Amino acid sequence: MPKKECVGNECLIWMFTQMVRIREFEEAVKRAFIEHPGVIRGHTHLGDGAEASIVGALSTRNSTDVVMPSYRCHGYPIVLGTPMRNIMAEVFGRKDGLCKGFGGSMHLADPARYFPGTSGIIGQSIAHATGAALSAQVKKTGQIVYCFFGDGASKQGAFFESVNMAAVWKLPIVYVLENNQYQAYTHVGLEDANCIAGDPLSKKAEAFSIPGVTVDGTDPVKVSEAVGKAAERARAGEGPSLVESKFYRLSAHGNVITVPPLPTQFPEHEAIAVYGNKAEFQEWQKKDPIVQFRSRLVREVGLAEDDVKGIEQVARAEVADAVQFALASPYPDPQQAGNYVYA
Amino acid sequence: MPPLTYLEAIRQGIWEEMERDPTVFCLGEDIGIYGGAFKVTDGFIDRFGPERVIDTPIAESAIVGAAFGASLTGMRPVAEFQFMDFIGCAFNQIVNMVAKAHYRWGAPAPLVIRGPSGGNVHGGPFHSQNPEMWFVHAPGLKVVCPASAYDAKGLIKAAIRDNNPVIFFEHKYLYRRIKEEVPAEDYIVPLGKARIAREGRDLSIITYAAMVHVALEAAEILAKEGIDLEIVDLRTVSPLDREAIAQTVRKTNKVILLHEDVRTGGLAGEIAAIINEEAFDDLDGPIVRITAQDSPVPFSPPQEEYFLPKVSDVVREAHKLKAY
Repeated sequence: MPKKECVGNECLIWMFTQMVRIREFEEAVKRAFIEHPGVIRGHTHLGDGAEASIVGALSTRNSTDVVMPSYRCHGYPIVLGTPMRNIMAEVFGRKDGLCKGFGGSMHLADPARYFPGTSGIIGQSIAHATGAALSAQVKKTGQIVYCFFGDGASKQGAFFESVNMAAVWKLPIVYVLENNQYQAYTHVGLEDANCIAGDPLSKKAEAFSIPGVTVDGTDPVKVSEAVGKAAERARAGEGPSLVESKFYRLSAHGNVITVPPLPTQFPEHEAIAVYGNKAEFQEWQKKDPIVQFRSRLVREVGLAEDDVKGIEQVARAEVADAVQFALASPYPDPQQAGNYVYA
Repeated sequence: MPPLTYLEAIRQGIWEEMERDPTVFCLGEDIGIYGGAFKVTDGFIDRFGPERVIDTPIAESAIVGAAFGASLTGMRPVAEFQFMDFIGCAFNQIVNMVAKAHYRWGAPAPLVIRGPSGGNVHGGPFHSQNPEMWFVHAPGLKVVCPASAYDAKGLIKAAIRDNNPVIFFEHKYLYRRIKEEVPAEDYIVPLGKARIAREGRDLSIITYAAMVHVALEAAEILAKEGIDLEIVDLRTVSPLDREAIAQTVRKTNKVILLHEDVRTGGLAGEIAAIINEEAFDDLDGPIVRITAQDSPVPFSPPQEEYFLPKVSDVVREAHKLKAY
């Protein structure tokens, strides 16, 4: 839904629908490790917990604005309208995948929907998004770029080099720092200087003299407001902003990879598996963005329980169909592994 | 038209492509107002404006990353490195992001990364290297090393028009040292095609970049002794023109591989393997390598002179090989 149409209750229902679609997709991927052992190979990273942040941010988007997420990238094309079938087939490494099975979970792209690609190496796509914003500026297309990356990525050189450039050139870009509290397996409190000093991560914006705000990333409306403000600034030619969207990754960083035929597995969250801190995990589970937003729609907006269930059922059916499609799709021809090296 | 230097030829090539195609733009350190450390883009900002001739911070990773992002969104960036030695700062962006883009997503990444490489200017270990092999080893990239002004212009234009990422090594020793007549009309030199820089019958030298001129000089000396050298200028070092390599070996049956890069892991080893695969039966003598030694590029002028392959090395090795 383009930003102009995302107002009122209709927008809230749209947001909830997209959040549920992402959650159902991610849960199906996670279940595949058990229901279809060995089907998923390679690294797969889930965005459960990020739904409100993703959808809130994208609710401010015009239909031709560019979106560049990190390697944890399933949710964004789902919102952009990329068929789930092709996303799932790509996660499964199949021929009908979004990238013909050449990319996998971390390397999704859908250029026709203004999603030029991702980076499987942390933080690098911040520079690519900055370049996409440069394109928009040079070509005067009026597009802005939504650049998503994690708390871990904000310690990469690419972050500092790119945000400085964007500030110098007043590029039309919004940097959305998704603070999901864990840099792979390490808690943000062990790796981020701002966090250790008791400051928000958005303080990094001060180094570039650009606006920096921190927002509750479990609430899509709050994210929409904060990102919307940053997007307006970008559209007005005033340059980049940094929005720290703070939420909690509800699954582990990613699956463990194994040598076939041993199936891959999805481990327990790092809070429990690495730090033995079940209380922290449970605390954030209570702030699950889907659960919170669902009850708010029923309580405040007056959405009927049956309508909510209807949204959930439609999403579940869409995901189930995507899984069946992906399972039925063949693997790419081994002898074609040398294709597409050059354009 | 007056003869053009190698540098002027590159400059003209980029200029013409910018005139021809509004999606072509340049970015890099000091390329705009200052006109570039070697003045390749001198005057560009006055003609094309600061939006298409962009002075960047000293941030190589983001220069390549931003160029890549721009290439994915409809532009054809030409990113300058002040010295190609500094490309190490952008290595991940190039070999992981740029090189594998089309393979991962089927998305073309039409960008050019260009800048000066090579020694013989006493620049020392960080301003004299020939880092082409770092990128020859990364499928998805094209790597170009022109030796003449004509080729430099035609190849930079082909590189800008190519839908793949191209790493374009300009030999800084040649920048103002060689001059030649270059046609006024639009032309390109296709990527991936070698040329015969000198026809000969007795033995072949396969080489590229500044070493083409070393080989040509040696050929003049050897011609006086009745030894007729054929010189193959590869022009593009990735992808290699395998057929041109095989053809010259089939013709002369004796081959010297010459490059300014260091020996171990240098292109000569790869070409030797190709000859082994394509033309083993045609060889009448050992494949000879003449390369720089395996060390950083020395700063001290006499040491650098010792380090670099010389005309006398080619003459000596040609004599030995001719005796087979």
